[in-house]
Amino acid sequence: MKTTYREAMRAAIRDAMRRDERVFLMGEDVGRYGGGFAVSLGLLEEFGPSRIRDTPLSEAGFVGAGIGAALGGMRPIVEVMTVNFSLLALDQIMNNAATLLHMSGGQFNVPLVIRMTTGGGRQLAAQHSHSLEGWLAHIPGLRILAPATVEDARGMLWTALEDPDPVLIFEHGSLYNVAGELADDAGAVDIDTAAVRRPGADVSLITYGGTLPTTLDAADALAGEGIEAEVLDLRTLRPLDDAAILATVAKTHRAVVVDEGWRSGSLSAEVSARITESAFYDLDAPVGRVCSVEVPVPYAKHLELATLPSVERIVAAAREAVGSHG
Amino acid sequence: MTEHDAAQAIAADPEHVRGLLRQMVRVRRLEEQCVELYSAAKIRGFLHVYIGEEAVAAGVMSALRADDAVVATYREHGHALLRGVSASAIMAEMYGHAEGCCRGRGGSMHLFDAATRFYGGNAIVAGGLPLAVGLALADRMSGRDRVTVCFFGEGAMAEGEFHESLNLAALWGLPVLFCCENNLYAMGTALDRSESQTDMALKASAYEVSAWAVDGMDVLAVEEAARRAVDAVRAGGGPHFLELRTYRFRAHSMFDPELYREKAEVERWMERDPIALLRTALEASGELAADQWDALEREVGAEMAAAVEFAEGGTLEPVEKLTRFVYSEREPTARESGDRAPGVRGSR
Ligand SMILES: Cc1ncc(C[n+]2csc(CCOP(=O)(O)OP(=O)(O)O)c2C)c(N)n1
Ligand SMILES: [Mg+2]
Repeated sequence: MKTTYREAMRAAIRDAMRRDERVFLMGEDVGRYGGGFAVSLGLLEEFGPSRIRDTPLSEAGFVGAGIGAALGGMRPIVEVMTVNFSLLALDQIMNNAATLLHMSGGQFNVPLVIRMTTGGGRQLAAQHSHSLEGWLAHIPGLRILAPATVEDARGMLWTALEDPDPVLIFEHGSLYNVAGELADDAGAVDIDTAAVRRPGADVSLITYGGTLPTTLDAADALAGEGIEAEVLDLRTLRPLDDAAILATVAKTHRAVVVDEGWRSGSLSAEVSARITESAFYDLDAPVGRVCSVEVPVPYAKHLELATLPSVERIVAAAREAVGSHG
Repeated sequence: MTEHDAAQAIAADPEHVRGLLRQMVRVRRLEEQCVELYSAAKIRGFLHVYIGEEAVAAGVMSALRADDAVVATYREHGHALLRGVSASAIMAEMYGHAEGCCRGRGGSMHLFDAATRFYGGNAIVAGGLPLAVGLALADRMSGRDRVTVCFFGEGAMAEGEFHESLNLAALWGLPVLFCCENNLYAMGTALDRSESQTDMALKASAYEVSAWAVDGMDVLAVEEAARRAVDAVRAGGGPHFLELRTYRFRAHSMFDPELYREKAEVERWMERDPIALLRTALEASGELAADQWDALEREVGAEMAAAVEFAEGGTLEPVEKLTRFVYSEREPTARESGDRAPGVRGSR
C-alpha cells in the first residue's frame, strides 16, 4: 500500500499503544492540536488524554518525567516537537537517561523512547533548523536512530520500545510528506544495521535521514555520467554499523559521507575516521565529505539552499573521489 | 477602563489617543499584508500574526523611552514596527532580502534592530527572558536608568527559564518589565491545560515582583498600566509584571487547522477587537470624524504599499557572503593578529 512517512510513523505509534498498555505518548500539542507535525493526529480520540498526554511548554520537565516513568515501569514515547527545543532537556537526556544504568551499577535501566523532528530546508531560520543528531550520537548510553524510509518510520519504533535502554528517534522534517510503498504486513525492523539503498561499484555515498533522498538523487545524476554510486543508509547513528561501512568501502574503494550536520566534529567526521582507521589500505581516494556550511542556517531561501548539502555538491564530491587515483 | 474613564482620557488628549489607534491599525494592516504575501509564497517559513493583540504592543511601547530596550518573541512584527523599525525593513526581511532589518538571515521570527534597541524576535519559547534580565543587569551595573521590557506568551510561563528569570530579576532588583501576553492558548494548549495556577499575575507575585492583570483589548488601560509599571521600574522599584489579557483572532501560524477551539469563542472575542473598541470610543466622544478615519486608513495603506514595493525591489544577499556574521568583523587586537587576515579567527 502507498503511505507517507507521517502516516507510517502514526501507524507505528498506534500499533505500539495497542500492543502494550504501558506505552503512552507525551509531549507538547500531541493531543488536541494533533501534533506539531500532525504525526499524532487522531490518536487522542482513539486512546484518550491519559495516554495521549498534552504537556505544557516544559521540555526539561516532561523529558525528565519520561525518564522517571520509564524507571517506574511504563514505556513512554516522549515527543519533543523539534530537536531545537530538546536543548532545554539536554541535561535530562545526558545526565539522567544516558547515565543512570551505569551510575547505579546496572540497577536502573531507562526503557524510554524520545522522538523529535530534526533538520532544515523549510526556511525556518537558525533556531528552528538545527541538525543535532550527530551531537547526541556522541553520548554513550543512548541509541540514536534516523529512519529515512517509510519502512523504517513504520518499523523502528516497536524495536526501540523493546530496547531496555533509551532510544532517540530523529525524524527529518522534510520526510513527513514523502510517500512510499509499504507492505500490508509491515512491522518491526532491526535497529542495528545500515542498509544499502542502491548498489554500485564506483563510489560509496554514506548518509542517513533527511539527506538520503538527496543522495539518491545525486546517485541518479552520477549514473547519467557513467558513475555507479552505492548509497549506504546508516539508519542507526549510534552504535554505528562498522561492518557495513567497511564492506561498502572494500567494494568501491572510494567514499563520500553526506551529513546535514556542520562539518567540524560531526557524525561525518566519525564515519570518515573509522574508514581511515580500519580500511585505509582499501581506499583509492581520500574520504570526501558533504556537510552543512558552518553558519547558523539562514532564512533566505537561496542562502539556506547554499548552506545545506545539495545534489550538486554531492555529485561534485563523488566526481572528485572517482577522479583521484590512489 | 470604564467608558467614563476612556471618555476622560480622550478628552484630555484626543490627538494622543488617535495616535494609539493609528499604531494599532499600522500593525493590523502590516500583518494582513503579510498573510496575503504568505499565500502568494513571497514570504516563507513560519509566520505568526498578532491580529487581535495589537493593543498590548501599542500600549506598552507608548510608555517607553527611546533608550529603553525591548525583547520579544516570534510573534513580534507589531512590536518591531511600533518600536520604530520601518515597515519596509520588516517586509524586506520577510522577503529574505539584503535590505531587510537582518539582511535576510532572520525572517519573520527573528527581527532585530540595534538602532531602536530591539533585541529580537526569538523562536525559542521563553528564550528571551534571561536576555532581558541581563540587559537590565548591564544597565544597573552601569548606573543607567533605562528599562528593559520583555514580551512573552503565557505558554512561556511553564518553562524553567521563566521562573529562573523572575527570580534573578527580583533577587537583584533589576529594571525589567515582564509583559505576559496571555492569549489563552499556546499553540493548541489552552491555559487551563498547561498551568495549575491560571492567574498569571498571582503566579509572578510569588517571586516578590509587583504584578497585576490588565484588559489587553483596551489600549488605554494597557498604556496606563505600562506607564505606571515603567515609571516604578525606572525609579528603582525592581522588576514588575503585567498580565495582558488578550486573544489571537487568527491561527497560531499558517499551518494550524485550529482543531482546539470553537469558532464561537473566536467570534465572541472578536466583538472586543481592540481597534474597533477604540474607534467606537473616539467616535462617541466626537473625536474621530469619518474623514479622519478615512485619512488614517489611507495613510497607513500607503505606508504598507510602500513597504511591499520596497521589499519587491530588494536584492538577494550574494551567496559569497553566506558565512558573514558567524564571527564579528573587526580589526584584530595586537595580541591576536599574528599573520591572520583581519576578522578571521581560526579556520572556517
Ligand atoms: C522551547 C520551545 N518549545 C516549543 C516550541 C514550539 N512552539 C512555538 S510557539 C508555541 C506556543 C507558545 O505559546 P505562548 O507562549 O502562549 O505564545 P503565543 O504563541 O500564544 O503568542 C510552541 C509550543 C518553541 N518554539 N520553543
Ligand atoms: Mg499564548
